[in-house]
Amino acid sequence: MAKLLLAIVSLTAGLTLSTSGLAKTLEVAPGVIEVAAGPGSGERLQSALIEAQPGDIIHLAAGRFEAPDSLSLDVANVVVRGEGPGRTILAFDGQKAGSDGLLITSNHVVIEDLAVENARGNGIKSKGVDDITFRRVRVEWTGGPKETNGAYGVYPVASSHVLIDGVEVKGASDAGIYVGQSRFVIIENSKAAFNVAGIEIENCYNADVHDNLATHNAGGILVFDLPGLPQMGGHSVRVYHNAVLNNDTPNFAPRGNIVANVPTGTGVMVMANRDVHVFDNQIDGNGSAAVLLAAYLNAFTDASYNPLPRDVFVHDNHIGKNGFAPAFEGGSLLAKAFGGAVPPVLWDGVTSYVPPGGTRVSMALHLVVQDGPILSLDLGEQGTPLTKANPKLIAHLEGAALPEPAPVTLDGQASKAP
Amino acid sequence: MSSGRLRALGLALAGLTALGAAPKPAPISLQALLAATPPAHLSDYGIYTAGANASPSPDLIPYQLNTPLFTDYAEKQRYIYLPPGTAMAYRATGVLEFPVGAALIKTFAYPASFTRPGQALRRIETRLLIRHADGWVANTYVWNADGTDADLKRAGLGLELSVGSDGGRSVAIAYRVPNVNQCKQCHARDGEVTPIGPKARNLNGPAVGGPSLGGREAENQLSLWSQSGWLTGTPARRDVPRLPKWDDPREAIGPRARAYLDVNCAHCHNRLGFASNSGLFLTYEEDNLAALGVGKRPIAAGRGSGGLEVAIAPGDPDHSILAYRVASTEPGVMMPQLGRSLVHREGLELVRAYIAGLKSGPKSP
Repeated sequence: MAKLLLAIVSLTAGLTLSTSGLAKTLEVAPGVIEVAAGPGSGERLQSALIEAQPGDIIHLAAGRFEAPDSLSLDVANVVVRGEGPGRTILAFDGQKAGSDGLLITSNHVVIEDLAVENARGNGIKSKGVDDITFRRVRVEWTGGPKETNGAYGVYPVASSHVLIDGVEVKGASDAGIYVGQSRFVIIENSKAAFNVAGIEIENCYNADVHDNLATHNAGGILVFDLPGLPQMGGHSVRVYHNAVLNNDTPNFAPRGNIVANVPTGTGVMVMANRDVHVFDNQIDGNGSAAVLLAAYLNAFTDASYNPLPRDVFVHDNHIGKNGFAPAFEGGSLLAKAFGGAVPPVLWDGVTSYVPPGGTRVSMALHLVVQDGPILSLDLGEQGTPLTKANPKLIAHLEGAALPEPAPVTLDGQASKAP
Repeated sequence: MSSGRLRALGLALAGLTALGAAPKPAPISLQALLAATPPAHLSDYGIYTAGANASPSPDLIPYQLNTPLFTDYAEKQRYIYLPPGTAMAYRATGVLEFPVGAALIKTFAYPASFTRPGQALRRIETRLLIRHADGWVANTYVWNADGTDADLKRAGLGLELSVGSDGGRSVAIAYRVPNVNQCKQCHARDGEVTPIGPKARNLNGPAVGGPSLGGREAENQLSLWSQSGWLTGTPARRDVPRLPKWDDPREAIGPRARAYLDVNCAHCHNRLGFASNSGLFLTYEEDNLAALGVGKRPIAAGRGSGGLEVAIAPGDPDHSILAYRVASTEPGVMMPQLGRSLVHREGLELVRAYIAGLKSGPKSP
């Protein structure tokens, strides 16, 4: 009996194999499209992504999917699900065309349980998408940190209702997890290591970054606002309960990119923006600074842009040993002056700016920093070079506690997809 | 069929088929054009006759653009189909208004050798943009090896082509037929598929075959279409905007380069396009210097910056990211991202000359 059973099992296995040899992209159940790995799988996956109907689940088997071109999804309400970030791998080692690994341009999409390796440009990008979830996704450049790696690992831009949960990114030559010009963003339970920036929130409104690990990047977590973009005036960002540890990979960003200016060993950096709260984080082992508050560095032509950080509240962080290897101009001299390490919080001391074609704007910044001490470079006006710094030690930046931005909710958007 | 349409067929067809020798072809199928599911073969539309010497239907209006998109030196044949009794409507900006059932047809082909352009053409693919009631639909058909028909390819295709060139050498081209998502990446405006080429300003030039029109002077494309009843609402010639011809040395470098950037870049690099988040806007109308790239720092270029600081450093193409990316063939660096695997040397030269001619300071480029 046991023998007979075994025979049936092997016969079934044989049938399955031969069937899958004939047609590896099978629709096995209504709404579930199965895509097998192996030769030609990149093309088969692209076909599945094109032919999917709203409501479908595209299920990727374990194995490698070699993609010669960017993959893209433009069908709304679709789940792309692998067998786990260690088992289902979209491999772009042989990519001949296209900039991104996987590009999503449709609403209500979930990408989960898969990995993207060695994309020539960005790993996974979503552009102009409402309701996008990245869950248990790994994006990695497997050759380690290199200037020739792609810019961003997970890259939602001009999107809304963005959930990044349990994602891991390694080796991005710009930011591992980068959310740009988006609204309602949650990044949680994720890990970014060996990137230039671990996690970067740029020109976003309403973002919560919590319970993540940023380690061995050049900079751990960045909250930036840049001029000259369709969405500017980033605000309402909470960075809390993260571990920002040992960000010590020398900055390897290609010049010209804004993150190339981030000193190696920066823990959390806030540049421009308003209503940014940094609290309950563990920040340790970052050689330049635990927290860096700065104005936008360069000249700008956009009169509506405010380059100053405003209404920033830094409190209740667990700040360990930081500032012991300051990688900015004059840093080593400063460290010497302060007995071997610069104070953990660094502020450029910029309090005014001159908008293009306008007159000087000086405003109350409401920077409240309870975790100190603070080293102010006392630069005064935006655009003043570091050589004109006038370093001052400040115990705290005093002020009444600032009202915390409301928690980001995705309005059930993220769970709406099947 | 009006005699105007016959005349307008002109040169483009002459090289492909002997008009009049074949039996009268079937009319173009409006039903196929408007089908919810696209037909599997190009011949199902009646756009080309099937079989050996497949030739374009005489019901098509051939057209050309002052400044076309570069696609790996492919030769392009463009046609418009209008359902019987319909016409296009003039628009001063943006693309012309097309009636439901209209189609824009573009066939990509290579000559046997670049030294003999237009000769022994091998058709590679034919792209259709069809005006349905609820918007435009994009589909691509890839020609078979015999050139007798073309098959629908929604998922794209990579082709290794070889075309002869000077001194008997041949040029290898890693040609990519775009998939439907890639079609949309360039053709989407605010998320909706839309044509790129047929704007009045880019059509404001000689008609296809113009010089051969009975020995008469070249006829203007828009004038010819108006006279033939295919285009309504065209204002007087002097009031129609005109995009410069990118490769006409009689025209100034600046406007030619701006036309080239408009056609090759601005379909993504506009405020409603795929690259809206870049802040780099290269449309012909753009007058904000920073948006045009002058002194503009990259946002998400990554290694595409090439280690350079700004998109355009006036007077200095070697330090301009724009020229660096146009000169690249590396995925992740090259621009445009889609549609080319070779460097467009003449285009690059023009872009570099334009940057070299820009002065620093607030001056219109």
